[in-house]
Amino acid sequence: MVQSTGVKKKFNKQFFLNNGLYVVMLALIAVIAFISPKFLSLVVLRDILMQSSTRIIVALGCMFILIAAGADLSGGRMVGFAAVVSGSLAQASTYSNPFFVNHADLPILVPVLVSVVVGLIIGMMNGYIVAKLDVPAFIATLGTSMFIYGLNSLYFNLPPNNSQPLGGYQKAFTELGAGSIAGIPFITLIALGCMVFVFILLNKTCLGKEIYAVGGNEEAAKFSGINIFKIQMFVYSMAGVLYALAGVLEAARTGSATSNYGAGYELDAIASCIVGGCSITGGVGTVQGVFVGVLIFNVISYGLTFIGVSSYWQNVVKGIIIVAAVAIDVRKYRTKS
Amino acid sequence: MGKSDVVLEMRNIDKEFPGVKALNHVSLQVRKGTVHALMGENGAGKSTLMKCAFGIYHPSAGEIFIDGEKTEFKNTRDAMDQGISMIHQELHPINTRSVMENIWVGRVPHRKIGPIHVVDERKMYKETVELFKGLNLDIDPRKKVGELSVSICQLLEIARAVSYGAKVIIMDEPTSSLTETETEILFAIIKKLKVQGVAIIYISHKMEEILKISDEVTIMRDGSLVGSWIANELTQDLIVTRMVGREMTQRFPQRHNVPGDIMLEVENLTSVNPHSFKGVSFHVKKGEILGVGGLVGAQRTELMEAIFGIRKIDSGSIKINGKQVQIKSASDAIENKIALLTEERRSTGIVPMLSVLENTVLAKQTAHTHKYQTSLRLLVDRKRADDTLQFVDSLSIKTPNIKTQIQYLSGGNQQKVLLGRWLLTEPEILILDEPTRGIDVGAKYEIYTIMEQLASQGKSIIMISSEMTELMGMSDRIIVMCEGYISGMMDGKTATDEKIMHCASSHRN
Repeated sequence: MVQSTGVKKKFNKQFFLNNGLYVVMLALIAVIAFISPKFLSLVVLRDILMQSSTRIIVALGCMFILIAAGADLSGGRMVGFAAVVSGSLAQASTYSNPFFVNHADLPILVPVLVSVVVGLIIGMMNGYIVAKLDVPAFIATLGTSMFIYGLNSLYFNLPPNNSQPLGGYQKAFTELGAGSIAGIPFITLIALGCMVFVFILLNKTCLGKEIYAVGGNEEAAKFSGINIFKIQMFVYSMAGVLYALAGVLEAARTGSATSNYGAGYELDAIASCIVGGCSITGGVGTVQGVFVGVLIFNVISYGLTFIGVSSYWQNVVKGIIIVAAVAIDVRKYRTKS
Repeated sequence: MGKSDVVLEMRNIDKEFPGVKALNHVSLQVRKGTVHALMGENGAGKSTLMKCAFGIYHPSAGEIFIDGEKTEFKNTRDAMDQGISMIHQELHPINTRSVMENIWVGRVPHRKIGPIHVVDERKMYKETVELFKGLNLDIDPRKKVGELSVSICQLLEIARAVSYGAKVIIMDEPTSSLTETETEILFAIIKKLKVQGVAIIYISHKMEEILKISDEVTIMRDGSLVGSWIANELTQDLIVTRMVGREMTQRFPQRHNVPGDIMLEVENLTSVNPHSFKGVSFHVKKGEILGVGGLVGAQRTELMEAIFGIRKIDSGSIKINGKQVQIKSASDAIENKIALLTEERRSTGIVPMLSVLENTVLAKQTAHTHKYQTSLRLLVDRKRADDTLQFVDSLSIKTPNIKTQIQYLSGGNQQKVLLGRWLLTEPEILILDEPTRGIDVGAKYEIYTIMEQLASQGKSIIMISSEMTELMGMSDRIIVMCEGYISGMMDGKTATDEKIMHCASSHRN
């Protein structure tokens, strides 16, 4: 009898260690729903998904970096830069306070593509600084993040705009951020598309496997014939593109943009990835995990606001969750060995 | 030898882990002033037993006595306070700090000025010098540990154990990274310690060493005690038989390979690094096993890594099948059908958190991606699994399944996975750098057999080895390196320890 409870206890512990993330999220939802049953509605789900969408895209970019055992602090500022660049190009010609005076309505593909190319270039710059100049990734991206923010502020401050928040977008652009099809927001579909794309890339292509190998043991990967430079350039470029895409959608979703958009997103993204099971030392990370990681943070902010808990407390809860998630994760591997 | 000589006694020790009985009624008696060798294959329970003796693990059952008095260890600090020290296989010195700080870390000599403890640098220096003097060590206590070689660090660890006033020092594979000369220095220190009455528990796979320095030998198998013997009643064959539990008549397989035409020819290869290899020329034939001997620091690994495209070459040429080739990266080398099984399995071999499967297909997947891809450039998991299973089977790799993370496999099995990784690239030239380092006797024999089979199939094998018996037992021909030069070449059949050592220690003759 004693033995059987012992075994059961062990089983429960192992179950919790392996699925802690899901347990925590469900418990959180249960508590919130208990206090305010209206929380369990399609409208709320839609809102949470919509708010999570751009965050998911940023976190996916961050995940590439973490799997390859890198670090990237430039994500947030890149989101801001892309938001401002795309916003400045997406304004309607009829808007009274335009960024570019006397411009025609540009096809909305133009702001999207220009921003994404800017993201790609900055991502490649990050990759080159890390992979060729051997600057530690933490420092390199800290540098580029300041650099980008500076550039963005200069651009945003160009006359006649002089750091006025952007607005007056063409309908097609705001529709991209706020519209939906069959009740599902476009941006959620785009985020979903990104997730599927990243999932296939990481799990079903040789390139994806090489990223895991480089992050898991760079030297072993090098001796196995993998081109480390190529992989690092790829992950930072890919991250840059995803950040930029998130920035464009953020501008479209909010119908505005300032140079302070995206501030702090990089740390949220890292937190989501870590909570979602990515290892800070590289080689580990899944799309599903990161998805749940992002969702947890958004359920916390939305849910706690929903039941009237102050945002100060939300940060307290988030902080605890980050530390607890990693503490659990570390134990997961310890029990196996 | 009376009972009173016994300084450490472990009686009927059991240790259970969830689902495994790692130790089963193991007893051990270690006498004052003796070297007690502990032997057994990997997984026999030697390390577990020693971790119990050093307070890292708590035995599930059994008793421990020190100087005849029953005791137990709460933790390693407690064990050290009671006179037990352990020198681990892998060292973790604080590289950025000085030698003396490393020795006294955690109990730095200090003076108290008011409530503040101030480090007494002079006392620390003096005590370190005295400590080293007692051990005939010539190391500057103020030097940074990071500037010292691995072998010196090993000796420092021993000095540290002595400084704790250890009665028993456990040494886990202390010579695995030492050259022959350094090993001699270690043995001299061990002899000194014996005279001082210190007991040494010595874990090693190297049989010659064991027979040379130990007084008693305890052999373990599968978590149980096989027995303890006086060392000079034992022979290598007896030890092996008792370790593996079956007759092992040969340590090396019969070789049937016949060397043919020249496969790889290296001419006048010189490194860009002036301290590395210079003007190296050698060749290896099809179906030949070429041994490469030398001391640590002879630049053997560097030479092979240069041939493999990882290190830069200043001048010289590499010909394969008579055709000159340019190899600038590992992928160039793989394309030219060269494989390199590296010496440092952990740092340059395995990707620890990835599965056996991912580790096996790593090189082939990169070099011959199309073989695993559909027309949409997506990977076909079945093909990758088939390739992996083929080698799990043919190399008899022991793993729960191919999705198991490679870090949970034993060293020998990890090595076989890595060998599989390279065989998948269908190499013609295999460079094996210390292929059996840290691997138990049974797995060693398996690796030798695979080498023989590959050579018989006409592949060229270059084997770097620091083990003399292995070098002589497996090579058709041996080249010896010293300080970056090739200092000798000899036939494998007529090579002797003395000849190899002579070449390894000097290239100016």
